[in-house]
Amino acid sequence: MRRFSWFNATALTMGFAFLYIPMVILVIYSFNSSRLVTVWAGFSTHWYGELFRDQAFLDAAWVTLRVAFVSSTFATVLGTMAAYVMVRGGKFMGRTLFSGMIYAPLVMPEVITGLSLLLLFISIGLDRGIVTIILAHTTFSMCYVSVVVSSRLVSFDRSVEEAALDLGCTPFDAFKSVTLPLIAPAVIAGWLLAFTLSLDDLVIASFTAGPSATTLPIKIFSSVRLGVSPEINALSTILLLLVTIGVVTASLVSKRRIIQQKRDEQLAEQAPQ
Amino acid sequence: MNLARRTLIGIPYLWLLLLFLVPFGIIFKISLSDYAVSIPPYTPTLDLSEGWQGIRDFFGALDWENYVFLTEDDLYWRAYLSSLKIAAISTFLTLCVGYPIAYGMAKSAPEWRPMLMMLVILPFWTSFLIRVYAWIGILSTEGYLNQFLLWVGIISDPLQIMNTPTAVYIGIVYTYLPFMILPIYATLERMDESLLEAAEDLGCSRLSAFWIVTFPLSRSGIIAGSFLVFIPALGEFVIPSLLGGSSTLMIGKVLWEEFFSNRDWPVASAVAIILLLILVIPIILFQKNQEKNQEADT
Repeated sequence: MRRFSWFNATALTMGFAFLYIPMVILVIYSFNSSRLVTVWAGFSTHWYGELFRDQAFLDAAWVTLRVAFVSSTFATVLGTMAAYVMVRGGKFMGRTLFSGMIYAPLVMPEVITGLSLLLLFISIGLDRGIVTIILAHTTFSMCYVSVVVSSRLVSFDRSVEEAALDLGCTPFDAFKSVTLPLIAPAVIAGWLLAFTLSLDDLVIASFTAGPSATTLPIKIFSSVRLGVSPEINALSTILLLLVTIGVVTASLVSKRRIIQQKRDEQLAEQAPQ
Repeated sequence: MNLARRTLIGIPYLWLLLLFLVPFGIIFKISLSDYAVSIPPYTPTLDLSEGWQGIRDFFGALDWENYVFLTEDDLYWRAYLSSLKIAAISTFLTLCVGYPIAYGMAKSAPEWRPMLMMLVILPFWTSFLIRVYAWIGILSTEGYLNQFLLWVGIISDPLQIMNTPTAVYIGIVYTYLPFMILPIYATLERMDESLLEAAEDLGCSRLSAFWIVTFPLSRSGIIAGSFLVFIPALGEFVIPSLLGGSSTLMIGKVLWEEFFSNRDWPVASAVAIILLLILVIPIILFQKNQEKNQEADT
């Protein structure tokens, strides 16, 4: 029996209050009509209007979305390949170096990754812009994708793959019709992770973006440096709303899938009777 | 080895070689170069048109000058030490805040746990920049915290928290909290409850049972969580530059300013190389801890 514990209840309440109150305040004050962000002067959606009339923000948002979409797609393909090579590839020359290069970017400080990529782009004479941000984001997020996908590859039963090969599938067909559907949830999760990492990144984008391309985080950072502004509050609220919808939907979908799976298993058990 | 397998290995391998390993070679090379007023702002640059002589000149001009400069100017020493100190203190604070939450989650009713997990993970998916930004409005001199404390009457003058190391600690604890909670929660959730019952049957009080049984058993989670906070906090740039003001010295910020404001690329590269060398130790320790956990699991 679990006893109700005041300690646990307090720890959870205080902990989640600490995590969520700052964001709640941000959302509330985005509806403040005053330009002075810390003084409440009545409800208004004025700053949302201002935000949508600000062409610089809209341009930055468009650049950010394009970069995030393309880089996360590349990262998912490359990361899934890397995970497959790591888990199923067997021995090959330079395997240790390969696994080191996959794990190192996860712990590398962003300032170093950003600086090193910038120096690379300059020494090969590549003009900085959207392309260089995409290359940079693909490189660090493919490592995250590969970690997510390889944990899934390790955990599932290898014999289904072998069965497909025994039944005459080519390795590519076996991957396409057996492995890929099995690892699909991890691949999708990896894509989402890569997408959010790219949306969120300030440091690496600042190093690799030229004057021609400004992403949303760079724009937010430069206006936040001058202090709190109501437009940024409005923008933050929109982003928080989108993420919340995404995460809640994803968890509901996965919950439904688990329930469905359990029901299928029960049916399968009852079938022979 | 057939062609398909070669391409499968080759493509991600080449990508990482070109965009991860080669750039480090370049950083290292530039850290040995000299500052110059030109584009790009360093010398020497490799000039292959002069053939063998060009390559010899190129290597002859590289030296350790920038590293000597870093040891002579005490700004860099102080920045490395203060980064280590800030990262260590905030890791400890994150542990103090995160452990009770992880503990409360692991002891809650099982049907609540997925919901609580989602609540911990949700901030992780939201923008890091926005979560740091949220604290500017709270901590500033005329911010919500000071307004509240003045209104309650606890203080008569507003507290100066913004632009002090305290604000940086709060920022790091807040943004990295999920990284601490999740590994600790994972170890606590796996723990066998009967061990605690045994300890209590044998006459332990609940508190001493916690220190003798629960805490040591969650050690691997504590270590993993601490490294997950300490390693990124050491090179942190966004938090000290938004919350720390000019009074907080951290190496990530120094590197950024060396590069963007002073445009001294060779010194920025040398700063990066030394930061990497400092990070190698905790990263190896972290890797060892993870391997040990995996062995324990199987």
